[in-house]
Amino acid sequence: MSTRTLVSPAALARPRGRAVYWTVFTAVVVLFTIAFLFPVYWMATGAMKSPDEVAKTPPTLVPEQWHLSGYGDAWDLMQLPRHLWNTVIQATGAWMFQLVFCTAAAYALSKLKPAFGRVILGGILATLMVPAQALVVPKYLTVADLPLIHTSLLNDPLAIWLPAVANAFNLYLLKRFFDQIPRDVLEAAEIDGAGRLRTLWSIVLPMSRPVLGVVSIFALVAVWQDFLWPLMVFSDTGKQPISVALVQLSQNIQLTVLIAAMVIASIPMVALFLVFQRHIIAGISAGSTKG
Amino acid sequence: MTKTAARPPAEAIAVHPVQAPPPAGGRGRRRLTDQVRAYGFLLGGLICFALFSWYPAIRAVVIAFQKYTPGSSPEWVGTANFTRVLHDPEFTAAWRNTLTFTLLALLIGFAIPFLLALVLNELRHARAFFRVVVYLPVMIPPVVSALLWKWFYDPGAGLANEALRFAHLPTSNWSNGADTALVSLVIVATWANMGGTVLIYLAALQSIPGELYEAAELDGASLLQRIRHVTIPQTRFVILMLMLLQIIATMQVFTEPFVITGGGPENATVTVLYLIYKYAFLYNDFGGACALSVMLLVLLGAFSALYLRLTRSGEDGS
Repeated sequence: MSTRTLVSPAALARPRGRAVYWTVFTAVVVLFTIAFLFPVYWMATGAMKSPDEVAKTPPTLVPEQWHLSGYGDAWDLMQLPRHLWNTVIQATGAWMFQLVFCTAAAYALSKLKPAFGRVILGGILATLMVPAQALVVPKYLTVADLPLIHTSLLNDPLAIWLPAVANAFNLYLLKRFFDQIPRDVLEAAEIDGAGRLRTLWSIVLPMSRPVLGVVSIFALVAVWQDFLWPLMVFSDTGKQPISVALVQLSQNIQLTVLIAAMVIASIPMVALFLVFQRHIIAGISAGSTKG
Repeated sequence: MTKTAARPPAEAIAVHPVQAPPPAGGRGRRRLTDQVRAYGFLLGGLICFALFSWYPAIRAVVIAFQKYTPGSSPEWVGTANFTRVLHDPEFTAAWRNTLTFTLLALLIGFAIPFLLALVLNELRHARAFFRVVVYLPVMIPPVVSALLWKWFYDPGAGLANEALRFAHLPTSNWSNGADTALVSLVIVATWANMGGTVLIYLAALQSIPGELYEAAELDGASLLQRIRHVTIPQTRFVILMLMLLQIIATMQVFTEPFVITGGGPENATVTVLYLIYKYAFLYNDFGGACALSVMLLVLLGAFSALYLRLTRSGEDGS
């Protein structure tokens, strides 16, 4: 089956070994359930308790009465449809901008041999050394007053979309994947009269589905989870994504309603994870060993 | 290949003039159009990097030496921003908190995931379940995790104290006490982020050749000796890598203190990034904010450079 690990199969086959194994196994199941699943359960059911019950000590494990109104109230009172929609627009926009511009740039750097290509690649990789969060203030000032054209992108989804393209990690991931595509494949396409754009579209991209999937998931999750940048950029409440809105509204809203909103805010990413869990987990595991 | 060699020399000579290089002008034009095309593909990405990565990095350094108010023209002030920031009592608190947070996160956030991965790797059942469950908190938006734990730490009906009471232990102030607040935040950050670390350790553990364990066992190595002499040396590279990544990430902690404690109580959880945010958006002091950013940048840049060097050398080695 699998390869030999720390404990030998022989030791596990002995009665004592098996007893220890199943004890450890049960302990880990219990630990994981308490540590990771229970908080999620607590959140999902807390939203369905009455305001009195949620403040009760000792707390009730199962709601005495199941109120679905918490979710409804959150939906209406906290204007969740609007904030969810803002988040969807910001995330999908950032994803598409990244797919178009990062892919094109990675393709150029990998296959089109632009002059100063190595210098540009070096400059892009250097940004990996500069932690993104440490630069939020000058980045904010740039977005507030773009050089040369003196336009402000504040309260505009472009403030999320355009900086998302400057993602050295994803660009490098794409470039390294493109590097592995043999040159003769592309040359064959060119001999058949395909232009560079067509080669990219009908040869390179179809071959790159796995890496495009990884980049897409990274791009979507990053925007959905981000907090500090949208907090700075969207001062207009109506334009705020769900993460910022949750924190801004958390001060003066009933606890059960807030918890319901938290659950709703988590659903899209958790659903995405459950659907693509195999790819996501494989991607993280592979990323570690291949650097 | 052999066919060409067998060809009579006369034919080769006959072909020669046809294969002569095209006139230099045409080739140059060809190269130019190639370059124009290449830059066409590069342009969008290049502009975004220039605007949102390179330019802000330069600007951080420039504004750090200026009195900067949006809308009016900046004034050079020398090192005044740095001296002002250095004399801020919150400055010392922020750095002390950030470094303590990083250290605690390293102790808790390194030991627990490693032990978990070690145990998980030995389990032969429900492997997919464990991997999904441990990664679940990572997919919950950080803001939600922070709000969730803020509720757990609530002195009234909070689950954290309820659990302590259930176990007949004295209750704690958690995030509301000056001496426990920082640790409480480390717990949140560890809970929310350790899924990724566990998965990476698991992958590293799975790449250890089984023969090494067999050989060690034949030499009479006990379980702990096998961990010490086989597991840890074999995963040392990944461990070091994740430690560095974690240092870089936790030194930029913002969401947890902002959402859960607001930097309090008594500045016990103000972090450097939080202070940068305050300088910019509460005090409207962008010069001070950039001076702080530059300090953080230099420190983190050093760690990042180390990380990149290690990954490079690791790639070359394997």
